[in-house]
Order: sequence, then structure tokens, then C-alpha cells
Amino acid sequence: MRGEAGPGAALPGGRRRAESDPTGPGTGPGLGPRTPVPGPGAMMRFMLLFSRQGKLRLQKWYLATADKDKKKMVRELMQVVLARKPKMCSFLEWRDLKVVYKRYASLYFCCAIEGQDNELITLELIHRYVELLDKYFGSVCELDIIFNFEKAYFILDEFVMGGEIQDTSKKSVLKAIEQADLLQEEDESPRSVLEEMGLA
Amino acid sequence: MPAVSKGDGMRGLAVFISDIRNCKSKEAEIKRINKELANIRSKFKGDKALDGYSKKKYVCKLLFIFLLGHDIDFGHMEAVNLLSSNRYTEKQIGYLFISVLVNSNSELIRLINNAIKNDLASRNPTFMGLALHCIANVGSREMAEAFAGEIPKILVAGDTMDSVKQSAALCLLRLYRTSPDLVPMGDWTSRVVHLLNDQHLGVVTAATSLITTLAQKNPEEFKTSVSLAVSRLSRIVTSASTDLQDYTYYFVPAPWLSVKLLRLLQCYPPPEDPAVRGRLTECLETILNKAQEPPKSKKVQHSNAKNAVLFEAISLIIHHDSEPNLLVRACNQLGQFLQHRETNLRYLALESMCTLASSEFSHEAVKTHIETVINALKTERDVSVRQRAVDLLYAMCDRSNAQQIVAEMLNYLETADYSIREEIVLKVAILAEKYAVDYTWYVDTILNLIRIAGDYVSEEVWYRVIQIVINRDDVQGYAAKTVFEALQAPACHENLVKVGGYILGEFGNLIAGDPRSSPLIQFNLLHSKFHLCSVPTRALLLSTYIKFVNLFPEIKTTIQDVLRSDSQLKNADVELQQRAVEYLRLSTIASTDILATVLEEMPPFPERESSILAKLKKKKGPGTVTDLEEIKKERSSDMNGSAEPASVNASAVSTPSPSADLLGLGAAPLTNSAPPPSSSGSLLVDVFSDSASAVAPLAPGSDDNFASPDLASSEVVSEEPADTVHDADELFHKFVCKNNGVLFENQLLQIGLKSEFRQNLGRMFIFYGNKTSTQFLNFTPTVICSDDLQSSLNLQTKPVDPTVDGGAQVQQVVNIECVSDFMEAPILNIQFRYGGTFQNLSVKLPITLNKFFQPTEMSSQDFFQRWKQLSNPKQEVQNIFKAKHPMDAEITKAKIIGFGSALLEEVDPNPANFVGAGIIHTKTTQIGCLLRLEPNLQAQMYRLTLRTSKEAVSQRLCELLSEQF
Repeated sequence: MRGEAGPGAALPGGRRRAESDPTGPGTGPGLGPRTPVPGPGAMMRFMLLFSRQGKLRLQKWYLATADKDKKKMVRELMQVVLARKPKMCSFLEWRDLKVVYKRYASLYFCCAIEGQDNELITLELIHRYVELLDKYFGSVCELDIIFNFEKAYFILDEFVMGGEIQDTSKKSVLKAIEQADLLQEEDESPRSVLEEMGLA
Repeated sequence: MPAVSKGDGMRGLAVFISDIRNCKSKEAEIKRINKELANIRSKFKGDKALDGYSKKKYVCKLLFIFLLGHDIDFGHMEAVNLLSSNRYTEKQIGYLFISVLVNSNSELIRLINNAIKNDLASRNPTFMGLALHCIANVGSREMAEAFAGEIPKILVAGDTMDSVKQSAALCLLRLYRTSPDLVPMGDWTSRVVHLLNDQHLGVVTAATSLITTLAQKNPEEFKTSVSLAVSRLSRIVTSASTDLQDYTYYFVPAPWLSVKLLRLLQCYPPPEDPAVRGRLTECLETILNKAQEPPKSKKVQHSNAKNAVLFEAISLIIHHDSEPNLLVRACNQLGQFLQHRETNLRYLALESMCTLASSEFSHEAVKTHIETVINALKTERDVSVRQRAVDLLYAMCDRSNAQQIVAEMLNYLETADYSIREEIVLKVAILAEKYAVDYTWYVDTILNLIRIAGDYVSEEVWYRVIQIVINRDDVQGYAAKTVFEALQAPACHENLVKVGGYILGEFGNLIAGDPRSSPLIQFNLLHSKFHLCSVPTRALLLSTYIKFVNLFPEIKTTIQDVLRSDSQLKNADVELQQRAVEYLRLSTIASTDILATVLEEMPPFPERESSILAKLKKKKGPGTVTDLEEIKKERSSDMNGSAEPASVNASAVSTPSPSADLLGLGAAPLTNSAPPPSSSGSLLVDVFSDSASAVAPLAPGSDDNFASPDLASSEVVSEEPADTVHDADELFHKFVCKNNGVLFENQLLQIGLKSEFRQNLGRMFIFYGNKTSTQFLNFTPTVICSDDLQSSLNLQTKPVDPTVDGGAQVQQVVNIECVSDFMEAPILNIQFRYGGTFQNLSVKLPITLNKFFQPTEMSSQDFFQRWKQLSNPKQEVQNIFKAKHPMDAEITKAKIIGFGSALLEEVDPNPANFVGAGIIHTKTTQIGCLLRLEPNLQAQMYRLTLRTSKEAVSQRLCELLSEQF
């Protein structure tokens, strides 16, 4: 049969089946990939913190994603966001997601949310997280997050869980973290510097 | 090294991190990491048992290395060990490692689950919190299996601490998203709903997220959440900004919770209870009013939080789509934002207005902002904002402003970012088609598109313009003239050559009278582009040339010379070479008549969903393109309608007949099915393969095409969800003499058939095509046989997928066994949800007795001998009727063959008469049938006589055949 590109498609059986398009690796079970509109219960898919130089400082995924896809998405999204100019809007469409980002000093905070999620409240979620970090570290800077990355994770976990905000009260979140720190201090017996460095 | 602030923990880790940061090159970093990995590995493998602290430190280092982007393939076991530590920080690091690095290693999962189980049972809220976080972070099915039953209990237990409740709610939500089947609904659901009344706003926030997701899937069970959510929302929006203490964010009371409550309400239609509804309207009005109040703070956080609630409220207003007053107010508010100095607000306003544009109440209000939006297209510096502006223009477009919007989009296209050009091209093409009053405007627009952005004009766009030109004869001459003129440009896009080649090939004759576009000039013009084009375009041009041979005999020799040249006949490309050879041959040996038949004008294309729309949908992902109207309807139907059972009428599905497969049709293409004409732009397929197949080409008038233009006539019947059988008799009767074609078509659905019969068995393929851009839900086709029919006809169908995507087609196979002769036809009943409405339609399925005919050849002598044997008056049925169609002998012959009997030539002494013979095969018996058709040209009448051994059969066959002439 000739392959001339003519108008029209075959029938019957000819109308091409709408291909299930790759809805990005984040499409998890329970959120049907073919749902015409993501339901109102839209969630955050992931959060990234990265520097102006494109160094990833923190990544949190709220939907199981293969490592390979994560790396690809991170690379791609960092490129997109870093290429944007300062006065541009904080939202963009990316793959099948909405991306909300904001830059604080040298760090970009970047959230990927689903179609029906609220952009502005996500922007403020980022801000609230920065406030929490700030309060905890006392005027937070990128280095604090590098050296205490586990703390940055713990604080985020207290604040957001499974892609939904857990508690919006700054006091509650900080109280939880401080309690944990108290427990930690009780735990820890002082050690010599040499021992710490593995020389003892 | 900075002062590590709190929990002055792991110096070794800090040193390591410093080392990494001091590495001057990637190589040095990798070297340092490898050294560290070797060190950790030896520690883990060493004889000396590591204390918890060291384990924690090394696990933490591994985690850091992993987060730098390196692979980690050990340490999982040590991390799992940390989980059972009694020290909080060790446990915490263990959980963190698991959360970040766990894979579906089942053995580990079992160990992890054990540790989690212990922590959940510990009654220590901090440990419980860690365990719940881990479940939520990993969220795997194994975890759901282990804990989905337990977590609801924790959630609703009276003595659970608030913080644990919050974690439990979100943890359960996570499991429900992954494995909804594993989360049992039960008594706890009603108690969860009452968490909306909880004192602790953190608990309410977490619970609202959970309820929203559960309510989407189980709207009935969570219906009571509506009034609770409304009253909670009402309390928040009317509270003073200090009332909620720490839940007030920059003077906005509980913005997150407000947004979540508003989203929960979007799972439901407007509240039925007038009191609740009134209260909600008050809330929404308050939120809209607050937008007009002076800000309580200059901080952007204040306005962002306030507007976050406002936008969510507008989403709810649009979702309800029932309060014109609120809709118009929302639109005005968004109109203000369109000119706001904050880019973010302009972006969101454009986005939100897109959905408002689809509401009948606010469509006009949205349209008043057209100038602002066009201006945004021209002046916004951010491509993502311009993209929104394009979307909004597309959404607000209607007949009144289409010309302006299309012109602006074309304008913008000249300078548009490359990333969005293709999409704009598609949108312009769709709007131009949808709102074309004057198709010359449409043609101009598309040609402009090709001129401005030819590289971004996909196949679908130019296919579509050709479909439209072919289907509308009022525009053909104009199209030919316009493409001819456009082709004059020294450099024109290859897509223009394609369109030009196709259109001139079909309609070049319409402008050939003008000496400036004489046949030779047309040909030379096209051929001047030939060598610059790619192979597919050249192939198309070759087809144009052979069409020219037919249209313009005067230039036949010129064209033959071109075809004969070495560059064609010996072209390295097989396709081109073959075309040149075949076309040359065709032009040499075929008579003018044959050539005219072969190269006849393309039949009209069946009207169906625009291929461009399908493309746009594919590009934008499902759902984003469909009319927002439809989406909304669909959303509400999901909610309201999910209780409705998808009824599958099992009674009609008769017992499977093992013999049905004897035909061996399987999924393989049917042998005698003519290739659908519209599938191929190629002439040769249409011409040659048809003649090799059975009936179709013998009956040029039998409209065996899907392209048959009168199909559209049945469109009207479609919309009302009627219970009556669509008595599309005309279409039904068409199938008496043919097996393939379109059985039914309306604006939503097209049903096509392909069938084959052999002896008493048959197989029918039913194709359901969704012509819209929206999914059909609960799509349930059922074949219904009356009681009488059930004993004579065994039908076996397979269920089809209940969801038919927009633009998609599903196929259903019906296996047929004829047990004994029958009169009626089975009914095909189709039920589905489209948008908010329930569709129910029925058509007769053309399975008729004559399908089980086997032709029998016999001599004149035999025929009349048998004819006499069947002379019992009960065996003969005769009908005299007026001709409904032109009395063409060839068509009549084709119909008799199509009917299934043999056409016996030179049997009847009167050569004008037709006689046929055959045997009807049923499972129980075989019935010999003879027929005779005597036309009376003068009177435009026929006399049809049927003689069979069974009266009912004679009767039925006579009825069926009489309708054909």
C-alpha cells in the first residue's frame, strides 16, 4: 500500500487510537494518567532546592519515581528555571505539571504541583519553609543547608507530608523539631575531635 | 566550615562535606568519595561491631553521597538496624535513609515494616511520627498491605495526640493514592469527616486533604463533609485576623486551610440545602469583597495568601457555574488582575479567565477584556505569560471575534517563541475552521499559516485544509486560484507545495480557463518545485501529474516525458520509481474512460473530529484542550453519576458457540473488505485493490464508502437521549447488500461495521468512534435479541472498555451463529456518559437472513425445473413495487450478488430479467431459494418473486430485497 500522505485517516479501525501519551514519570497509580483533568485534590509531586550554579541541595519526591527519571527531571527543570530572568513570573508549565519557584539569595526553591493545585499558596508554602529554616538556623544560608542537610529534610518532613501540607503553624513545626533536638542532646555523649575524624 | 548550629552532631560528616566542597575538580571529588566509600564499606564489614553513633554517621555520609548524585549500593542493612535503635536521632537517620533510598527490595521491606510496626505500637508520639512519615515517604504497596488497616484506627482513636493524627491522616492519604483498593472504607470514615470540626487547625488541615481525595472517589460516603466544610470556611473568613493566632499568615486567617476547604467543595455540586448554600455564597462574597479592601500589609506574602484564597474561591464559583452574579464578579476581579503590576497575578488571571470563558454566564464578560489580552500578547516579556494569553484568546473566541483573534494570533506568530509556535499554528487552524463563515477566509488563513510558520505546520493541518476544500465545492475554485498564486513566490514552503500539488491535482481544471493559469503553466509551476522537495512531497506531485493527465489531455505528452525521464524511472527511491513506472504505464494503456474513472475526483471525506484538534490534545496532554465546558460537565457527572451502575445486559450475550471461530477471521484483516477509501490519498490503492475484492466496485452507486455524504443526514437523531430505536432504516437497508460501512453517526459517535459470513456463521466487527474530544464514560454497548430471535440467532459479544477516549475508537467483535431462519434484526443498544449527560441510543444491527446465503450456480434447465417444484402457493412470495433508485442493470446485478445469491446469466428467456439462486444455511437446516426480478422500465416498477421451501423465508427475503431497488 502506498504511503502517500493524503488527507484523512482510515476507517473503520482507522481512526488512530489516541496514544496514551507519556504523562511524565510522576504519574502514579491512583491518579489515572488519562484523567482528563487532575482532580481537585491535586498534590505536590516534588520539591527541589538548588543553587544558582545548578547544584542540587535538596530533593524531596512525593510520588515513587525511578532514579533515572528523577535525575533527568532534575536536570531538565534546573535548566528551565535557571534560564529565566529575574522579573519573570514564578509559575510555568512543565511537562504535565505546574512549577512554582522562587529564588532566595543563591538558592532556588522549586515545587512541582499538579494541574488543579493552587500556585500562590504553593509560593507561600515555599516562603513558610524558608521562614522555618531561617528560624531554626538563625538567618539561614546555603551552607547551613549543605552541612545540615538532614535537618533541612527533618524540617520539611514536619511541614509537608505525602505532598500535602501537614501543619501551617510555624510554632507547631518548630516545636516538633526542637523536641527532636532535645532528644538528640540527651542521646549524645561528648566525643573527642580525633575520634570524630576517625583517627582515634 | 560554618558553625554547625544545633545538635552539634557529627563532626566526621561535617569534615567530609568540607572536603568535598574543597575539591577543585569533579575527578578530585570522585576520588574523595571513592575513598570514603571504601572506608565506610570496610567499617561495615569489619569485625568490630559498630556502635549506633558510628552507624548513624556512616549512613548519613552515604546519604550525602547519594544526594550528590552518586549511586549507593550498600548500607541499607545498617540503616534498617538503626530503625530499631532506642535513640531518637539514630532512628531518625535510619528512617531518613530508608525514605530517600529504599527500593523495592522485598526482604528489606519486611524488616522495615517490622520496625515500623514496633514504632507504631510504641505509643511514643515521636516514634509514631517517624514511622508514619516513613510509610508516607515510601508509600509502596507492601506498606499499604501491612498498614492500611491500622492507620485509620490510629487516626480516629480518642487518645491519639494531635500531631500523630495529622501524620496519620496524610499517611493514609498517601496510601490511598497508591493503593486505593487496600484502604478499607468503614466506620472510621464518618469520624474522619468530623475531624473538620476539630479544635486543632493543624488536624483540620491534614484531615481536609484526606477527605478531599477520598470524596473524589466516594462522593456519597463523604457527602456530610460539605456542610461541615462550609461552616468551617465561614468561621475562618469572618474571623478577625488575630483570632487564629499562629494559623494567621501575614494577616490572612488560615489561608492553607481555606484553600483546602474550597477545594474539597469542588468535589461536589452546589449544596442542596438552601441554608448551607446561602452560607457558602456569603463566604464567597466575603472573599470577593476582601479583594477590594486595602491591604493590611505591604508584604507580598500578605497579598499572595489573600489571592490564593481568592483564586480558589473563583475556581469554586466556576465549578458550580450556577451563580451568574458571582461569575461576573469573579470575571471583573480577574479583569483587574490582568493589568496588575505583579506578573504572577497577570499570569493567574489569564489562566483563570480561560475557564470562565467557557461559562455561558461569564463568556460575554470575559470577551470585554479582549484588548487587554491582545495587548498582553504583544507586551508581556515572559513567554509563559504570553502563552496564557494565547490560551485565553483561544478560549474566548467565538464567531463574533474570530476574525480579530485569528488575525492577532497570526500577527503574533511572526515573532512568537519557537517553543509555542506549533501550538499557536494548531489553534489558529482550529479557530479558522470552527468559525469560518466564509471559507475563502479559511483558505487564506491556512495559507498564511504556512507562509509565516511553515515549519510548524504539521501534517494534520494541511490534511485538514484539503479535507475541507474537497468537502465544500464552493471554495474549490478559490482554493485552486489562491494556491496557484501562492506558489508563484520564488521560495515557498514545502507544505505549500503539498497543499498546492493536491489541490491543483483535484481542482486545477477550475482555473485552467484563465490563460495565466493554463494547464501547462500549472504543471510547469509545480514541476519547478519538484526537485527541491523531499521524497514524500515528490511522490504526491507524481500523483498530481497523473491526475493532470486525466484533467488536461493536452499536456499528456509533456507529463509522460517527465515520467519517462531517467531521474524518475530510475530513481533510487523505490516509491518514486514505482509511481513513475505505474503512472506512465497507466497513462499509456488506459482509455480515457478508465483514466477518468480511476482518477475521479476524491469523494468527500467523512465529517469527524478534526485531526488537528486531536493533535492539539495530544500535544497539550489530555484534557487541556477539550472545551472547558465539557470538562466541567464531565467533572460534575463524575461526582453525581458514579453511583449509577454500568448496566451490562448479560441476557443478550448468548452462550458461546465454539464453532464461531471456524471462520478463522481472528484479528486478521478481512479478506473481502475493501480498503477504506479515505485511508489512502493514493489513487492506486483505491482503484486496483478494490477491483480485486468482491462487490464494492461493481456497484459504483451503492455508496459503499464511508465517505458517503448523506451520512450526515442522520445526525439530527443523535442528541436526545431517547430510548427509541434509531430507525435509521435507510442505513440499515444499505447493509442488506453489503457488509462494511457506517451504520450510525451523530455528532458524538460513529459506528462502523465490518462483517463476514460463511454458511451459518458470521463475525461482525463493530467500531465505535468517539468523535468528540471528551472521554465517553461507562460506555456500554449491548446487543439485544428479542425472545423469538434468541432461539434463532446465537450472538456472542465481548465487553468493551467502558472508557472511550476523545478521538479514539474501540472495536467489538460479535460472533454470529444462525440456528434457524429469523425475521427481526437484533438491536444494538449503546449507553454512555458524555459530559454531564447520559446518552442512550439503539440501532438495528444489520444481521439479516440473507447473510447466510451461499450462491448456487445452475443451468437454465435446472433453474426452471426447481422453480416448478416450488410452485406451492405458500412457497412463493411476490412483491410489485415502484423503483426507488435509477433502474441501472449493472447496479441491480451488483445488488443481487451483494444480497448473497448467485446471479444466473442467460437463464431467463427475457434478458432484461434477473434471476438468482442460493441456499440459506442455518444450523438446523438448509433452505434453497430462487428469485426472479422483472424490471419494467416504462412504469419504473419491479416485480420480485421469491420461491423457497419455507414460506417465512420467502417472505423475509422478499421484504429485504424489495427495499434495495
